[in-house]
Amino acid sequence: MTNTVYPARKIITMNPARPCASHVAVRDGRIVGAGTLDELAGWGAYTLDDRFADKILMPGLVEGHSHTMEGTLWAYVYCGFFDRMDPEGTVWPGLKSIDEVVGRLRAAADRLEDPAAPLAGWALDAIYYGDRRVNRHDLDRASTERAIGVLNASGHILNVNSKALELAGLLKPGIDHPGIPLGEDGLPTGEMKGPDAMAPLGPHTGFDRDLLACDEPGLRRFARLCVRTGVTTAADLANTLPDDAVDMMLRVTAEPDYPARIVSLRRFYGVTPEELIDRVLALGERSQDNLRLGIIKVVADGSIQGFSARLRWPGYFNGAPEGLWYIPPEHLLEIYERAMASGVQVHTHTNGDEATELALDCVEAALRKHPGPDHRFTLQHCQLADAAQFRRMEKLGVGVNLFPNHHFYWGDQHYGITVGPERAERMNACATALAAGVPLAIHSDAPVTPLGPLFTAWCAVNRRTATGRTLGEHERIGVADALRTITLGAAYTFKLDGEIGSIETGKRADFAVLEDDPETVGSEALKDVRVWGTVQGGRIFPAADI
Amino acid sequence: MTAGGTQSGPLPVTVVGGYLGAGKTTLVNSLLRQAGGRRLAIMVNEFGALPIDSSLVEAADDRIVSLTGGCVCCSYGEDMVSSLAMLATLDPRPDHVLLEASGVALPGAIAGTVGLLGDFALDGTVVLADAETVQRRAGDRYVGSTVRQQLAQADLILLNKCDLAADPGGVEAWLGEAAPGARIVRAEQADVPIDAVLGTRTDPGTVRADGRFRDHTAGYVAAELDPPAGADPEALARLLADPAHRLLRAKGFVRRPDGSMAALQVVGNRWTVSEAPAGARPGLVCIGLRGQADIAKIRRSAARL
Repeated sequence: MTNTVYPARKIITMNPARPCASHVAVRDGRIVGAGTLDELAGWGAYTLDDRFADKILMPGLVEGHSHTMEGTLWAYVYCGFFDRMDPEGTVWPGLKSIDEVVGRLRAAADRLEDPAAPLAGWALDAIYYGDRRVNRHDLDRASTERAIGVLNASGHILNVNSKALELAGLLKPGIDHPGIPLGEDGLPTGEMKGPDAMAPLGPHTGFDRDLLACDEPGLRRFARLCVRTGVTTAADLANTLPDDAVDMMLRVTAEPDYPARIVSLRRFYGVTPEELIDRVLALGERSQDNLRLGIIKVVADGSIQGFSARLRWPGYFNGAPEGLWYIPPEHLLEIYERAMASGVQVHTHTNGDEATELALDCVEAALRKHPGPDHRFTLQHCQLADAAQFRRMEKLGVGVNLFPNHHFYWGDQHYGITVGPERAERMNACATALAAGVPLAIHSDAPVTPLGPLFTAWCAVNRRTATGRTLGEHERIGVADALRTITLGAAYTFKLDGEIGSIETGKRADFAVLEDDPETVGSEALKDVRVWGTVQGGRIFPAADI
Repeated sequence: MTAGGTQSGPLPVTVVGGYLGAGKTTLVNSLLRQAGGRRLAIMVNEFGALPIDSSLVEAADDRIVSLTGGCVCCSYGEDMVSSLAMLATLDPRPDHVLLEASGVALPGAIAGTVGLLGDFALDGTVVLADAETVQRRAGDRYVGSTVRQQLAQADLILLNKCDLAADPGGVEAWLGEAAPGARIVRAEQADVPIDAVLGTRTDPGTVRADGRFRDHTAGYVAAELDPPAGADPEALARLLADPAHRLLRAKGFVRRPDGSMAALQVVGNRWTVSEAPAGARPGLVCIGLRGQADIAKIRRSAARL
């Protein structure tokens, strides 16, 4: 039994008893201890491995809300406005004009051999191209022969070309649908807004349901992105987890070189609440080290930028209607009651503050019926919660996983259009959550925004919008709090904080291996900290070789 | 029309909405029992358990459940478009699709999507309201606005559970203001004639002279109308859909001035005019509530077109 001892430039432990260490000893994929070489020598024979001698180690980063679909989408053409790194490490330059979007699509279309094959793109962010909407004539310049569909970054709009409309039978006058704007010629402009308008185009543009299901190549690509961003544990937050997908995920994540631990939540869908509990309990039994199952995800409302989040009075700043429920309150309560009674954890998507209020009402009612010790029910996104709601969360034992990446990507739109200045400045109120004592995590919701907890930490610390506005100075948190939140904070939301999230005796040997020290680079540079790779379960994964 | 229904042309879809517990499932089962040779395809999106009486189920596979009388049922979840497409490929093709919305879904959004699909035609939107609870639900702090929108998007509202309500007349009057565009039909246990909900499949010329359905209650009136020769079908449809006439349904065929034949469908205020199938004979069947629909007045108005 020989330990491997890694000296490092600095080891950030998240163990308050010894926040920094110079060495960490590892055996059988777990941490024997962190401290000085002298201290660790007390554990017996060791081999010194100095490959990290000039690196910074911190606990492997934990992404508390992402989707393995991020890996799937990279099979399609990236059309985003911002630079984004793909799973192979190539940074795709952001497309700064509609012409650039068309150019990249045309190049991709020219590479396809089958002349009838559709071309799918993703991450288009048309709001950055001024008042001019992207229309079918733009995409026709990429191809008139094959159907093209480009999913917007929000996921709520699909832009298509004329061929796609023609195949769907919609290149005709007289269409009267709120999600389908018409051009001066009376024909659809090619902008399909909302799931109802998008649905008929999906099968013709490559966005059928299989695209969004978890697939094996996507799961592998997702893990490569994890290594490149220092992530050793990542949530797959809303999977329906059919048997064949679970079998595949168990097989792939158990491979000796699969570099990430996936926490896959079973979304409430297609079963009764009673069946849901039974299935999730059975799924929990199948958990293995790198695939954790047995938690429920429920979606209560929609999204803020899609105007489908449920907002309390006075609603949306631009006067849009008050949003949509995705579950009847009666079902939410029944799930909570049954889950509390069975000791099953539930994560609930609540974007708007009315959805948050409903979830808290239901937690309170369920707790009165079935006091669930350490239930750790967690609200996901929870972007508009106010101080009173955070105080209520603390009393009810509810945790929160906030979404500070929104400040950067859509903060200006939230300020000017969706929720208005006042609520925009309290969105994703990380400082209020911490002050109230609410267990806090922060997330990317990849693929909605890019995977990268250090970037998410930068967003929570700086609250900077894309145009440079600081969106709510008083809700900024410190670097130390942000780093704790992307490690122990996120681990806590999955009841994994005893196992991962800090570099301490007995925990998994999961490290983010960094070139720069996030504690000293300064808050502005947090997003630029270079990631060398990861150590996951004691296995070493350099990003350069992944 | 034969029991096989129309095998060509768009497949009619009726959206069935209403809040949790309003009686959507009871209605679907009632319609299945009345199907009488009509091949209904039921699409459900409530959670889990199959909401069809087990006595009606013949066989089930992964995607589709076969019911007695050639009817089928499937659940669509988030895949409404491809589920509809699948139903359209069944052989024999269903005669009519009943698309049951989830308890918090807005039926108008679903109806809008159906309207986009080339192989389907929206027949109408039926929303159930629980007479006992609908007013309270409409004022609920969380779901109130959803319930009010559901009602406002209806062509027909089935005011259900009237036997349990203290003052069904008061609820009906309230609904009249909450959903000014809808026709309201009172029901107990969602028991209404299938022809009122899905449109008649009775050919003109076969309605009984006394205006009653062959097999249903005295609360409804069905009448045949001879469309004035050479009338503009769209003007006639508008007339039949006029709220003043309080018709629930009208269906039939009208000869245009140019001699071609138009098919005409009315559900509450909603009307469509399309090409008639080959061999259609002129004639119209109208369905309304006895005591409300004034067939004589409609005849007089139609004659003036």
